[in-house]
Amino acid sequence: MKIAALGIDVGSTTVKMAGVNASGEMIWNHLEQVAPRVEKQVDSFLNKLKEEINSLAGIPLVATGYGRNLVHQAVKNVTEITCHAKGVYHQLGHGGTLVDIGGQDSKVIVIGAQGQVVDFAMNDKCAAGTGRFLENSAARMQVSIDEMGSVALSATEEVTISSTCTVFAESEIISMVAHGVAVEPILMGLHRSLIKRVVAMVRSVGLVPPLLLSGGVVKNPAIRKVIEEETKEQVFLPEHPQLMGAYGAALLALKVKQK
Amino acid sequence: MGVTDSLKYYWNVKVVGEPFLQWQRWQAERHPKTPSRWRTDILSPPLRIGAKTKELISRHYLEGRYANGHRPVAWVTSGGPVEILQALGFYVLYPENHGALCGVRKAVVEISGEAENAGYSTDICSYARTDIGSMLSGKTPVGRLPKPDLLLACTNICQTVLHWYRVLAKHFKVPLILIDTPFVYSEASDHALEYVKKQLENSIPISEQVAGQTLDYRRLKEIIQLSKDAAELWLEIIGRGRHHPAPISVFDQFIHMAPIVEMRGKKETVDFYAALLKELDENIDKGIGAVRNERKRLLWDNLPIWYRLRYFAEYLAEHGISVVASTYTNAWGELAPLMNKEKPLESMAKTYTYPILNQGTKYKLDTMKRMVEEFELDGVILHSDRSCKPYSIGQIDQRNKLIQEYGIPALLLEADHDDPRAYAEEQVASRLASFVEMLDN
Repeated sequence: MKIAALGIDVGSTTVKMAGVNASGEMIWNHLEQVAPRVEKQVDSFLNKLKEEINSLAGIPLVATGYGRNLVHQAVKNVTEITCHAKGVYHQLGHGGTLVDIGGQDSKVIVIGAQGQVVDFAMNDKCAAGTGRFLENSAARMQVSIDEMGSVALSATEEVTISSTCTVFAESEIISMVAHGVAVEPILMGLHRSLIKRVVAMVRSVGLVPPLLLSGGVVKNPAIRKVIEEETKEQVFLPEHPQLMGAYGAALLALKVKQK
Repeated sequence: MGVTDSLKYYWNVKVVGEPFLQWQRWQAERHPKTPSRWRTDILSPPLRIGAKTKELISRHYLEGRYANGHRPVAWVTSGGPVEILQALGFYVLYPENHGALCGVRKAVVEISGEAENAGYSTDICSYARTDIGSMLSGKTPVGRLPKPDLLLACTNICQTVLHWYRVLAKHFKVPLILIDTPFVYSEASDHALEYVKKQLENSIPISEQVAGQTLDYRRLKEIIQLSKDAAELWLEIIGRGRHHPAPISVFDQFIHMAPIVEMRGKKETVDFYAALLKELDENIDKGIGAVRNERKRLLWDNLPIWYRLRYFAEYLAEHGISVVASTYTNAWGELAPLMNKEKPLESMAKTYTYPILNQGTKYKLDTMKRMVEEFELDGVILHSDRSCKPYSIGQIDQRNKLIQEYGIPALLLEADHDDPRAYAEEQVASRLASFVEMLDN
């Protein structure tokens, strides 16, 4: 395994790291839940890799994500917008409109034909339209995050969740549960509510097809289905949607090395 | 007007205050070694005129502090037709300007909290909340604000002022002059201008009664000319941003615009802007830009974020970006050609009907497009100001049109001009950083 460059994405929920070879292919990756001490976690990531490949000397690291400024080993800090666009473009080979639903925010990035960022939008200051919205609601319904998509898809009917606010949606769920509404239709309604919020953001920048998805939340199959229903567009996913930020960062690190 | 109050005014303002402020300015001019609080490795040292700006603003508020009982006092909206009041010898206070000062001094949360505790919603403009909070509690970073004898609200900037000034009128129990300016969709009709002119005429007897003197039309004409001269100079100053590198950034303009807002119609204001223009021309000759390594140039739309001026100036300068033009500072100069001392009321009616906020959103889009071309800009930052709805409405469409129709990169940033509670540090930082990277694509 010949790692030429590394990228790390310190997000709000998980920390992801990707290693690429000299031709930009992802040949190593690692993912963990984010720990309160980011610096220590980054050290342990690098130590883990060192054990595998003996030396990290001469391998540049680029950091992205909310905690990027805490990665002192990085040669450069780059925002998630640039990194996600870079990663997805490199993996899929074309531009389009990329929707990244992360734990703390959602982004819509219009990627041009040459892989450049043409425009972008991010969600409002609140948690509506982000992974946190589903996480909170899943906890309230006692359904695990990994299962909630398939449980939602098993619903034969759907209820409307009118609150876009995470806190108010939770109150709405409590009241529905109290009225005897089953878990599945509520979960389906929650997915719909989140996606409507995201689609509004897509519409605000203008959808340039194809529609691409990345971020940890897209592992959830209900998200993909609802977003296709709401946009009437087929969605395309890279092989590792959750690692696109780290992968893009690694590609930028490779560029630094080549300079 | 009382003799004791006049004596107090002369002693505190003329005998002690003015010479002290003048001395302070001389000191600052002679020993500019005091390090600037802003980073001078990426930004050029502050303009020399800054010492004079500080003197003018300090003196303005000092005069206000001792004005009651000595001179009639009027509180007016920022787009208010002030020339008649100036000609009648009023001391004129701009609560919005005071609000901006509270923003820069980071006093807004405490002062507007006084209004919120009294039941005013946080959805109301933060200038209005700060002013009402100051009115209720007396809190201000400038010592003391004079009580108004007269209020003048002009609806050419927003409709909030209508309700805000009614609150002031009820509290202070003083007359309120309301100048209603019909919205301009493409061009103001003759009857709309006639309607505004009539209101200006009707305001004269009330103002005369409060001032205790009759309006001298010769004086009014002089003041209109001085207003026009200062506004023309301001327009020229803004225009100097066309040079590469630009000798003045909008962050400098935000600071040095105070006199054009609150001291229009004064000879000293004209001299001040002539001196600023001269300094800029010297800097142009020497090739000095506001940002040391100017690589990219941007436009700022909407009001400043008063409590984060330094952050924006420094962050952008660090990346070689100079924000050289703004629709907001332009608004204080673009109407200068409409003023005409030979037709005082008629030209005032027109001038005060045509501000950018009293015109359709298409006008603002066209202004931005024109400025991007004239100033050779690389992009636009649109501040979506939670407080200023008339300025922010239409910004999503304007942003999309700039990008999709004109190919100009544009960023919409949500914040508030005065209230830091509506400002999300991390989110603004990540959007701004992404935009900066996008410009370098």
